[in-house]
Amino acid sequence: MTTPLLTLDNLTVTYDRHPAVHHVRGGFARGSLTAVAGPNGGGKSTLIRAIMGELRPAEGNIRHQLKRSEIGYLPQAAEINRRFPISVIDTVLLGSWKTTGAFGRIGRQDRQQAADALAAVGLFGFDARPIGSLSAGQFQRVLFARLLVQDAQVILLDEPFTAIDARTTEDLIGVIGRWHGEGRTVIAVLHDLDQVRRHFPQTLLIARELIGWGATGTVLTDANLSKARMLSERWDEDAAICEPAA
Amino acid sequence: MTLYDIFLAPFSDFGFMRRALVACLCLALGSGPIGVFLMLRRMSLMGDAMSHAVLPGAAIGYLIAGSLSLTAMGLGGLIAGLSVALLSGVVSRTTVLAEDASFASFYLTSLALGVLIVSLRGSNIDLLHVLFGTILAIDDNALTLIGAITSVTLLVLALIYRPLVVECFDPGFLRAVGGRGPLYHILFLVLVVLNMVASFQALGTLMAVGLMMLPAAIAQLWCRSLAAMMGVAALSAAISGYLGLIASYHFELASGPTIIMTAAILYGLSILFCPSGFVRRVIRLPHLTG
Repeated sequence: MTTPLLTLDNLTVTYDRHPAVHHVRGGFARGSLTAVAGPNGGGKSTLIRAIMGELRPAEGNIRHQLKRSEIGYLPQAAEINRRFPISVIDTVLLGSWKTTGAFGRIGRQDRQQAADALAAVGLFGFDARPIGSLSAGQFQRVLFARLLVQDAQVILLDEPFTAIDARTTEDLIGVIGRWHGEGRTVIAVLHDLDQVRRHFPQTLLIARELIGWGATGTVLTDANLSKARMLSERWDEDAAICEPAA
Repeated sequence: MTLYDIFLAPFSDFGFMRRALVACLCLALGSGPIGVFLMLRRMSLMGDAMSHAVLPGAAIGYLIAGSLSLTAMGLGGLIAGLSVALLSGVVSRTTVLAEDASFASFYLTSLALGVLIVSLRGSNIDLLHVLFGTILAIDDNALTLIGAITSVTLLVLALIYRPLVVECFDPGFLRAVGGRGPLYHILFLVLVVLNMVASFQALGTLMAVGLMMLPAAIAQLWCRSLAAMMGVAALSAAISGYLGLIASYHFELASGPTIIMTAAILYGLSILFCPSGFVRRVIRLPHLTG
């Protein structure tokens, strides 16, 4: 097997010393399409945020050769001010940050890209609309359009379909499929296991501990899922210090 | 009394009125857009807190200079305002206190300290001047300072416009693309304090935010795009300044409060007549087809 694009080496991330992600080892292959599944509070978002560098590992590390601009990230509850007076097209244009930066000129090519991305997510003609007038589903489409423009090698999505209607979910899964077809590496936190089985070849099942990581069919077994449930219900206020295994 | 007597004579007859008008127009140009950003960052009350924080610095400047010198007081206010803004940022990041709570404790301390320092040496008249401003006593030095602050404000805003907008709208994205959000946040705070120092002589520490927040609120009621908001905010601040000065001249009212009251009246009218306002709820227009 070739070296993975992104390696988790004995990764442990803690909140107030309690591990949310505990000694996870493995790698994401270049061009893989991986779903991160597991029970609530199982460390899915924590894992993604650690990869983004928003949380520091308490132990172990994350290895990759990627520049920051090569990772696209859609956080779970984006801290976006939805009432901010900004238009749809300007929001999508932020995706060209890699080329324009804070001060650079936005060229015709950038505008064309943004318009194409809007059309690709089914929002043709929405350019001038203020984002405040969009529904939750339409707004999620806008954020996907911005990711399209970002043209990132690795794309991290944290529960992208929570509270999103079925039609939008279907369209956006189409966009994810397109990224996969273009050879990008996509990692998505999802909780709908049917969705995972249908669309994601790889799965990482986590309930603080890594339960399984590999082809979706071999990971999402009844045995693994009930193990995940059991682990997630265990919470010890007075847990002992975790000694490194020999 | 002719229209000329009402609207132009005060300014053509008296130099101090002309200087006051120029000061108001400058303040409007800078404070309007700053106020819009403060409001969009949900920092309206923070602006209020910061204007109080400027006081002890200004008071120390007053003590050192021994008179109501705008340069000394402005410099003192600038240092004090920035220290409080940064300190409360540090406190809220390192303790469980939210930023507004730490801001509140800092500005109350500064306000108390400032009033103490002024009353230590000065008279009650001086205290009134510091708290409520003396726009009719603006001299050429003060005018130059205000003009310079307005120019710097507009230039810096134009320069950091894109990152500042993103930092207000989607700070997570700016972080993810490595856009140095905190830097622009601090630059913006510097602009806020600078504009408070500028408004300080005209309107006093207590009402310095008046020409920021009221026009920003008016703009938010009328506009849906950011550019239009900043334009409307600056314009309504300028109109408040002009009409306020005229009213204070003819009715012999204190100028600073009259200017802010004029802005407040514009705000009240906006609440009644703006697109989402009271009148539109009573008189309902037929809906469109799509």
